[in-house]
This record gives sequence, structure tokens and C-alpha cells, in this order.
Amino acid sequence: MLPGMQWLELALRVGAVTVAFLVLPLLVGQTEHKVMAHMQARLGPMYAGGFHGWAQLVADGVKFIQKEDITPRAADSPVFKLAPGVALIPYLLALAVIPLGPGDLVGEPLDIGLFFVLAIVGVGVVAVLMAAWSSANKYSLLGGLRAAAQLMGYELPFVLAAASVAMAAGTLSLPGIVEAWEPWWLIWQLPAAIVFFISGLAEIRRPPFDMPIADSELVFGYLTEYTGMRFAFFLLAEYVGIVVISALTATLFLGGWHGPMAESLGWLWMLLKTAAVAFVVIWLRVAWPRLREDQLQRLCWLVLVPVSLLQLVLTAAVRVAMVQS
Amino acid sequence: MTPREMTVATGTGGLGTDMVLNIGPQHPSTHGVLRLRLILDGERVVSAEPIIGYMHRGAEKLFEVRDYRQILVLTNRHDWLSAFSNELGAAMAVERLMGIEIPERAVWLRTALAELNRVLNHLMFLGSYPLEIGAITPMFYAFRERETLQAVMEEVSGGRMHYMFNRVGGLKEEVPAGWTDRARDAIKLVEKRMPDLDNLIRKNDIFLARTVGVGVLTAAQAAAYGASGPVARASGLDFDLRRDEPYLAYGELPVKVITRSTGDCHARFEVLLDQVYVSLDLARQCLDRVDQITGPVNVRLPKVVKAPEGHTYAWTENPLGINGYYLVSRGEKTPWRLKLRTASFSNVQALSTLLPGSLVPDLIAILGSMFFVVGDVDK
Repeated sequence: MLPGMQWLELALRVGAVTVAFLVLPLLVGQTEHKVMAHMQARLGPMYAGGFHGWAQLVADGVKFIQKEDITPRAADSPVFKLAPGVALIPYLLALAVIPLGPGDLVGEPLDIGLFFVLAIVGVGVVAVLMAAWSSANKYSLLGGLRAAAQLMGYELPFVLAAASVAMAAGTLSLPGIVEAWEPWWLIWQLPAAIVFFISGLAEIRRPPFDMPIADSELVFGYLTEYTGMRFAFFLLAEYVGIVVISALTATLFLGGWHGPMAESLGWLWMLLKTAAVAFVVIWLRVAWPRLREDQLQRLCWLVLVPVSLLQLVLTAAVRVAMVQS
Repeated sequence: MTPREMTVATGTGGLGTDMVLNIGPQHPSTHGVLRLRLILDGERVVSAEPIIGYMHRGAEKLFEVRDYRQILVLTNRHDWLSAFSNELGAAMAVERLMGIEIPERAVWLRTALAELNRVLNHLMFLGSYPLEIGAITPMFYAFRERETLQAVMEEVSGGRMHYMFNRVGGLKEEVPAGWTDRARDAIKLVEKRMPDLDNLIRKNDIFLARTVGVGVLTAAQAAAYGASGPVARASGLDFDLRRDEPYLAYGELPVKVITRSTGDCHARFEVLLDQVYVSLDLARQCLDRVDQITGPVNVRLPKVVKAPEGHTYAWTENPLGINGYYLVSRGEKTPWRLKLRTASFSNVQALSTLLPGSLVPDLIAILGSMFFVVGDVDK
């Protein structure tokens, strides 16, 4: 039995992670509205609620709640209804092990945190396949298979790039990696950082890797048949995905909470770095068209995988040299 | 619980066999109600059959029961993105049959407005085509420019889409005082901001990867299908009525004809993009001439407009290609027959050779690059 204080602490940690899980994606969503509105000279998102269109996200939420929850007659109902949850939960668990600040400022300081995160993020493909197959829709099926191929392919450079940092730090614990991080890693681990970020984008199917959704071709890919709150959950999963990928990139490659006055302001640095990466994710959506499925596979296997393998060799060589000297 | 049998998704049975997929009539990328019946092997298109007619409104038959003034309202609507150019062609046919010479000021105003209409049309596709490839931003830039030009068109005609500013014998009325200056300002503004769109998409790596070498239409194929306009010129078919058989004031204007030789999706996009600059320039030259010419903008017509017995074919270089009206009159106040030749109808025919063998994403890229309006296909 855990003593009372520990129960309280556990409840606090779980509560804090849940709050982060609910608030951060909405922040990213709101930022996306505004950033895109500015970059694209959009008028719509600047209107609702008066000042700077602050109520647009609220209006979106109200709209989603009002929509009818439809399950197609031909759909495999239980699987169809479960899929949004399966898409959402892994990201919640991933958030729990990402360190926010120095010391104990993390949901759960897991020793194999990195391994856990990579494994749990990979569950996303199951949700996509569930949604695609159970919808009984040809567009959904095509989108789902595209997504499956994409997620399988990009898993490899994703893991290899992360492995490079784990090797450099000599630990799989995320707080441990941040602890070991030094500014010159920015250059040493740069190729891995780029590979990780790109494959992270592909993992969460954000543009330019949104071929599985491709609204101009597949209507909305594996999300075609979803409406109302279930659709909103999938959208939420996408935004939590942005948070997780940005936070992971910041943790592994940008030094997490490192920065001036890290002892007291570490959490702020971490949030700022995460926000900066998330901004780039949004920016890419504004600036780039969509890669074709075979082109993104080619990018994965002919560019990202070799680069991440070379990075592994480089990391190993530098590590050995450091240990010997 | 009783076992339940369920067939999922594939039309003809299990996976691995061919799947029948209907793109349309309701689909985000068909700009209306074009339907493509595809047989897919995985993502590869085995056969593609365009099924048209969902939007057939019987325009040609309706022409026969409208008098010559009313016809313009109908011609306005088959290609709703080139409304001014359409009414222009019909008005020219009737004028030619009636032997009406329109005033010089009307000629130059018509030319200016036709070129502005061309820019509006092209901007629409310059926005929607990248959107189909997945780039969302050009749409907003294109619409910002469209809005600027539409304000000018609205001021002169009162309409934003169906201008109805042509009349048999000229234009509806004189343009508002100072309009030419405001139109010139709008042109200048659009020219200044066009690089925003141009730099964002024309040389974008992914855009190039998605469009270069995709959907190659040879000049011979283009000619065989009767393709015209930007689609044909991108294949190297150097034909533009504004230069080759000038109407309105084009004979006195240095019309620069944009061509490409590769015939792929990117070439078609580039032709459209470069034509915008050319048309803006032409429109400005026309406006300058309008300022130097005084006089009426239309001629007085008899109370009942009757074209004398005879027939004529008036064709114009519309934004999307050659648009023709074959008018047969038996001396009544309605045409006996008014045959409509639309650009989109001929251009989309090429799809049946371009699509088989392509992937679904390429299919969308090719479909979008044929720049068609469904109303113009279905008439």
C-alpha cells in the first residue's frame, strides 16, 4: 500500500498530465487558426467573438457537439466507435513521460521512457486501420492503407534517429537524456534531429505527409465517415500528436528545459521550445503541397533511413572517442 | 450471437481484385458534378470513364425560345467563370448577322473587360489547382486578387459573376466616371501582389514533383481531341484566336501567346500563370485607349431585334479555350438553332487517354490541370 502522501502526489501528477493533455492541443489549435489566418490573409478566423476572432475555437467545439453522431449502417459498429479512443489514448500516455523541467518535474520518470514513447506512438497505426476498415467505405480503405504503409515506413527512421540520441546520452530515460544534453549536440545530432522531425510529421500525418487524408482525392481518407464528436476526437488526436512530436523533438534534440535560469524557469524553456517546433509544424502546412504516397516512401527509404544510419555511426564514433580520451 | 456476414469496401469481392470507385458526382475535386467511374488495381487506375451530363441544362434548346436580348443571359451561365467572354461571343454572332458595327469605344471597353475576365478565371484555377495538390495557401492569395478585380467588374456591371454587361450592339451603358483609373489601380495592385502566389508555388519542390511529367498530353493528341486554350498551348499547340484570327481590338494589340512544349500538368499550370501577367498588361493598354476615345458605347436597336435569314459562326478565345456559337437564323426574333462549342467539353475528352495507368493522386493532379467548368462541359 502506498502511504497517503504518495497517493496525493500520484493524483497530482496524473491530474497535471491530463490538464496538459486537454489544454496544450487546444493552444496549438488556436495558434494554428491565428498563424494560418495571418499567413494566408484569411478573414474567417478573425471574426468570431470580436477581438482577433478569439472565440473561433469555441465555436468549432460547439459545432462539433451539435453534429449528429452517425455510424454508417454497413460499418463494423464497435470497432468504428472505438477507433477515436484508440487514436487518442497513446498520446495521453506519451505525455506522461516527457519531462517538463529539471529534477522531478515529469509525469512519471520512466527508466525506459524513450522506448515507451516510441512504442506507444506506434499504436496510432492500429487506430487508423480500425477506422479505415470498419467504415465500410472505399475512400476510407484507400486512406487507411496509405496511412498504414506510411506509418510502417516512417517508424524506422523515427526510431533510428531517437536511438542516436539515446546512444549519445547513454540512457533511455527522457529526463536522463535532457540531463546529459549539451549545446554542442545541436550540431552533432543535427541530422538525427531533422530526420526525427520529418518522420514525426509523417507519423502524425501532417502536411506535407497528409496523403492518407488527402481531402481532394479521398474526401477525407479514413476519417470520411466520422462526424461530430468522434471526428473531433480524431482532430484532437492530431493536435495532441503535434504537441507530443514537438515536445519529443524539443526534449531529445533541443535540450528540453536547458536555458538561462533552468532551475526555476526550466518548464518555460521546455514549453517555448515545444511551441517553436509546433509553429514550424503549422508553417509547413501553410507552405507545402502534399507528397504522393510513393514519393514519401522514397524519401523515407532513400534519404531518411540512410541519413539516420550514418548518424548512428557518427554518434557511435564520437562516443567511443570521448570514452577513450 | 448469430454470425454476421459482411462485405467491406471492395466492389467485386476481396482485396487484390479490381475495385470500382466512383469519383463524383459529389466529390471535393470535380468542381461540380463530373463523375469518373474508375476501375482501380490498388491505387493504379486501370480504366477511367468520364460520365457527364449531371448538369445538362439544355442550353442550346433554351436558346431557341429566347429572343436575342435574352440569349445573353443564358450564354452567360454555361461557363460561369468566363461570363463576360461568353456573352461577348453570342453578341458578336448576332451583330455579325445583323450587320451592326459597334462603336470604337465599346470595342476597346469590351476587350479590356474580356481580359479582366480572363484574369479572374485564371486566378480561380491558380488557387484551386494547388489546393488539389494539397497546398492550401495559394487559394487565399488568388482570392485576394480576385476580390480586387471583382470590385472593378462589379462597379461597372453590378454583377460579380454574371455580369450581363454586353448587349447586341455594344455595352449596356457607359462606365462610371473615373472607372478606368480605378481599374488601372486594381491592375497595378494585382501585378504587385502576384509574386506572392507565384513564388510560393511555381518552383515549389513538392509541387514540381507532383506535376512535372505527370499527365503528358502530346500536341497531336491535343489537336485530335480538339483541345484548345491553355491546355492545348501547354502541349505546344501554338494557337490563339486573339492573334490568329483577331476579333474586337486584338488586331491592334501585341498579344503575347504563352506556350510550353512539355504538355504536363506543370506546363498547363505555368501557361495559366503567365497568361495572367499578359492579360493584365493587355487590359491596361485597352484602358489607356478607352480614355482617348469618346463617343457612344452602343448603337440604337430596333424595338424587336431580328437577325436576317442566314448563318454565322462566331468564335472567341475564351479563358479556357475556344468558345464558339454557330447561329442559324430564319429571320425571326429567336434563333432557329444556336450551336454551342465549349472549351471544357473538348478539353476533358483528353482525360480518357491521360488517366488510365496513372495513380489516384496523379489522377487528381491531371483532372485539376485540365481546367474545366462542369457547366461548360454539360451545357
